[in-house]
Amino acid sequence: MTLMILRRVLSTIFVMAFVAFFVFGLLYLAPGDPAALIAGDLATAADIERIRASLGLDRPFHTQFLSWLGGVLQGDLGTSIFSNRPVSQLIAQRIEPTLALATTTIVFSVIIAVPMGIVAAWRAGSWVDRLVMGFAVLGFSVPVFVFAYVLIIIFAAQLQLVPVMGYVSIFENPAGFFRSIALPTVALGVTYIALIARITRASMLEAINQDYIRTAHAKGLGIVAILFRHALRNASVPIVTTIGIGIALLIGGVVVTESVFAIPGLGRLTVDAILRRDYPIIQAVILIFSAIYVLINLAIDAAYIALDPRIRY
Amino acid sequence: MALAEPSRPSRLASSFSWLRDHPTVLAGLIILGVMVFISVFAPWIATHDPTRLDPLNRLKPPGAEHWFGTDHLGRDIFSRTVYGGRISLFVGFTVAAIACAVGMVIGLLSGFIRILDAIIMRIMDGLMAIPAILLAIALVAVARSSVWTVIVAVAIPEIPRVVRLVRGVVLTLREQLFVDAAVSLGAKLPRILFVHIMPNTLAPLIVQASYVAASAIIIEAILSFLGAGTPPNIPSWGNMMAEGRTYVTIAWWLLLFPGLFLSLVVLSVNLLGDGLRETLDPRLRRSARNE
Repeated sequence: MTLMILRRVLSTIFVMAFVAFFVFGLLYLAPGDPAALIAGDLATAADIERIRASLGLDRPFHTQFLSWLGGVLQGDLGTSIFSNRPVSQLIAQRIEPTLALATTTIVFSVIIAVPMGIVAAWRAGSWVDRLVMGFAVLGFSVPVFVFAYVLIIIFAAQLQLVPVMGYVSIFENPAGFFRSIALPTVALGVTYIALIARITRASMLEAINQDYIRTAHAKGLGIVAILFRHALRNASVPIVTTIGIGIALLIGGVVVTESVFAIPGLGRLTVDAILRRDYPIIQAVILIFSAIYVLINLAIDAAYIALDPRIRY
Repeated sequence: MALAEPSRPSRLASSFSWLRDHPTVLAGLIILGVMVFISVFAPWIATHDPTRLDPLNRLKPPGAEHWFGTDHLGRDIFSRTVYGGRISLFVGFTVAAIACAVGMVIGLLSGFIRILDAIIMRIMDGLMAIPAILLAIALVAVARSSVWTVIVAVAIPEIPRVVRLVRGVVLTLREQLFVDAAVSLGAKLPRILFVHIMPNTLAPLIVQASYVAASAIIIEAILSFLGAGTPPNIPSWGNMMAEGRTYVTIAWWLLLFPGLFLSLVVLSVNLLGDGLRETLDPRLRRSARNE
């Protein structure tokens, strides 16, 4: 078991090394000269050369990559070209709204989607099932920003129930936080709900047809106990795996949702950095988001290996 | 119920009756057909020049003259929406074709040549670890903004999924007798891969292609919406929504119509994909019958 987790950790390290290499290489090849950008319009060629040397941009690729990687491993993510401040500091300032939005969305989606999938599986073929499956197809088809604007038009512009955009920290004003985070959470959650509801239905359908469920029926257990205690527990592996894999979807959605609702989080930081070609920020954010995704999935796999004796890859 | 069929109807007739039993697939086919039609014949269907400015008639609500209203520069939204479909559909189909072609070749090689497999699959794991939208915007950021840049940037994150699918099929096929037979008859590797194995991967690949197309259309729209996609002089649904976002509280039609068309196109492709999966995947077909 330990060996298996160890192998899984090793492959995760390999994947992250590839992501680091890819992100660095991509932006190394990118057009535009950061030295000239920092030097400004009035700089002479000698000035630019001096800045380039001071940034270490005149060294060969592998030296630059290794020194950048060394810095990243020590928590030094470089300096923003645009604001000239440490990237780690900029990220620390922006991380709270993103974490808040991701947390509310995951909680909201799981609470809605898992019961939806269970009921759809329990009443497979009925109108409830069709409704849930129809919703799932719609959830995959309506892009997050389109749904976000439909919500804004109805609930913020017409009914004026919640603010159109902006973000209020939970530490300053909890009620304001929930008002400001409500629409972004629903908008971001829809695709995620569709994904989780679909996999819950599929794996519950499989579980419900097993012999032990018939036994549970036969010994007179209530439907709630059968569905939740017996079927859901056995169907949970693919569901939790999908929740983990869906994090990638969620991260992409966070970038878009923050942009729509003017939430000052990591997503906004990324989009602004891309429009200004602030490469150190782009590198750092992609690296961090990928690391989060990979680590969550590693944690989920490790938990399975530790907890479920049936899984031994 | 399949046993009761007295005689085999013609292929065309049977696919018609299959469509009648699957109204959602039929709906998808009709929506997509209409969308392709209006995109191809956009110059005849548009009621106005999609780029003509008319500042006196800006932000007009939908009416008889401007069916979907006008935007902040007085441009006709119906005409822009009709033209915008060209970009979405073109990007969707092209990305699906590129990602499937490249992914198929990589997947075939990876599944058949063990030394390559370990390296290729680790690279694919790495690519999949980067969220698709971030990877695509990073790729667009380093290149010049054009439709082809967007196509390549959207295609690259889709490739790993195709590779994994094709590789999985190859891994189960390579142990089969007909491959052994081909090898012992002295067939060379390219012949084995492309003549004997590739045809067997096509059915699941076609299903995957439809999902790739749906995802590509969404990602292109998101890129354009974030300002990192198709150049702003080309009307695309993402661009239109990006320009209209400032006016969301006073002029909903700037956002609603391009968003509606975008969602309809993605929906139609997804419905077709689900239908294809049901017919092409024998495992699913059986479980559907049992219901």
